[in-house]
Amino acid sequence: MSEETKNLIIDYVKKEYLEEEDEQEVDENTPLISSGIVDSFSMVSLKMFLEKKFSVKIPDEKATTEAFDSVNNIMDLLKEFNVR
Amino acid sequence: MAYSDKAKDFYKSELSGMHKAGTFKEERFIESPQAANISVEYPVGSPPKEVLNFCANNYLGLSSHPEVVKAAHEGLDSRGYGMSSVRFICGTQDIHDKLEKKLSEFLGTEATVLFASCMDANAGVFDVVLGKEDAMISDRLVHASIVDGMRLCKAQLYNYKHSNMDHLEEKLKETQDCRFRMIITDGVFSMDGDIAKLDKIVELAKKYDAMVMVDDSHATGFMGKNGRGTHEHCGVLGEIDIITTTLGKALGGASGGCVSGPKEIVDLCRQRARPYLFSNTVPPVIITAANKVIDLISKTTDRRDKLEENTKYFREKITTSGFDIKEGVHAIVPIMLYNAKLAQDMARDMYSEGIYVIGFSFPVVAKGQARIRVQISAGHEKEHLDKAIAAFTKVGEKYKILGKGKKEIIEMYGY
Repeated sequence: MSEETKNLIIDYVKKEYLEEEDEQEVDENTPLISSGIVDSFSMVSLKMFLEKKFSVKIPDEKATTEAFDSVNNIMDLLKEFNVR
Repeated sequence: MAYSDKAKDFYKSELSGMHKAGTFKEERFIESPQAANISVEYPVGSPPKEVLNFCANNYLGLSSHPEVVKAAHEGLDSRGYGMSSVRFICGTQDIHDKLEKKLSEFLGTEATVLFASCMDANAGVFDVVLGKEDAMISDRLVHASIVDGMRLCKAQLYNYKHSNMDHLEEKLKETQDCRFRMIITDGVFSMDGDIAKLDKIVELAKKYDAMVMVDDSHATGFMGKNGRGTHEHCGVLGEIDIITTTLGKALGGASGGCVSGPKEIVDLCRQRARPYLFSNTVPPVIITAANKVIDLISKTTDRRDKLEENTKYFREKITTSGFDIKEGVHAIVPIMLYNAKLAQDMARDMYSEGIYVIGFSFPVVAKGQARIRVQISAGHEKEHLDKAIAAFTKVGEKYKILGKGKKEIIEMYGY
């Protein structure tokens, strides 16, 4: 999967979930859900972003907190939908 | 019966996981009416202990007010104990209609419908007014009952960073194509005691043609000059489309909630809101007492004024004692401790000092944001506040956190 896709997701997470004063760094391995950066309620924005950006439909049973817990996990999930 | 050992072991392990994680919620038995002074049996089996209560939502001190109790007795005598019915079969009395009209007048809305709780009101309202072609745009820190209500609704769900108006505007731009949009927020957020920027929200709602829904449970009865709520506090009385609120906090603290707003929406709730249709009617004793509460707080603002004074006094004194609190004006005063164990240990020591407060930590609040949430009441007298401040100071000294800010407390105790 391309570096470009990875950076796109990281940038979205930073913009959507972090406040300007947050000193938190986010890379592809940073836990998102289990660290509390993204709560299960706010995960819906991330799912919607991925679906729009990559023109895929992620079924609810695949949109688990584990599958969304890091950018790496998200990229693994996207591979299932042939996103490169 | 098929309650197998396998099922039993599974549920037991779930519970033991909670105990290990420190998230198991233990109930304490109170052996007196709800008030500033209460008698508590804790741990279970120990002799009752007299403590000052600083963790109730009894903002106006009306939970055991003699006139409210008297009105409840009158309701019991004149209208009986239960109705054995939902509202639309044979569960609506004249007093229910009277209370709904009084609430509309107090909140500055067109109509009101009572629910068994505000949890039920929030669980029911969205599904009634929004469908799959609509969008719900909610603050990320709204109460759990709103989250559940939104999950029960088919409208598309968007949320914005807590009280971040730029982010809200982005979401409003993103959803321009939807049929109806609704901005959804708490009036006062229960963990931080901070107030939604309703003036800005109303402005954005007008600009982008969106409705506004506010859960004002932690505000009705005392926020604003006449206690009407956050909309009065923010200068937007009459400009909020839907207000949900509770009778279970400042308004006597028993139970019951409502949806208040345009007549059509209220009428639709009566026809379609499932928690309304399938829950029993709110019992007569609560209705007559709540009617009295609205009369009392409409006649004079003395109680909300006293709460405001008490809050100001406590906030000032606790800050000068060296505690790190979330600034604001609300009767919810979060004393920030950041570390979960520290919050629990200090709450336990406060109890030994005769002050009943609770420590909150993840997942109730964000990780690293543990705190003791103090709730001030108009039922507190100055000596109660002084006693609490003295106890906090003593316990704060023990843990060496007085005068310390976030960074220093985290350095000492970790997240």
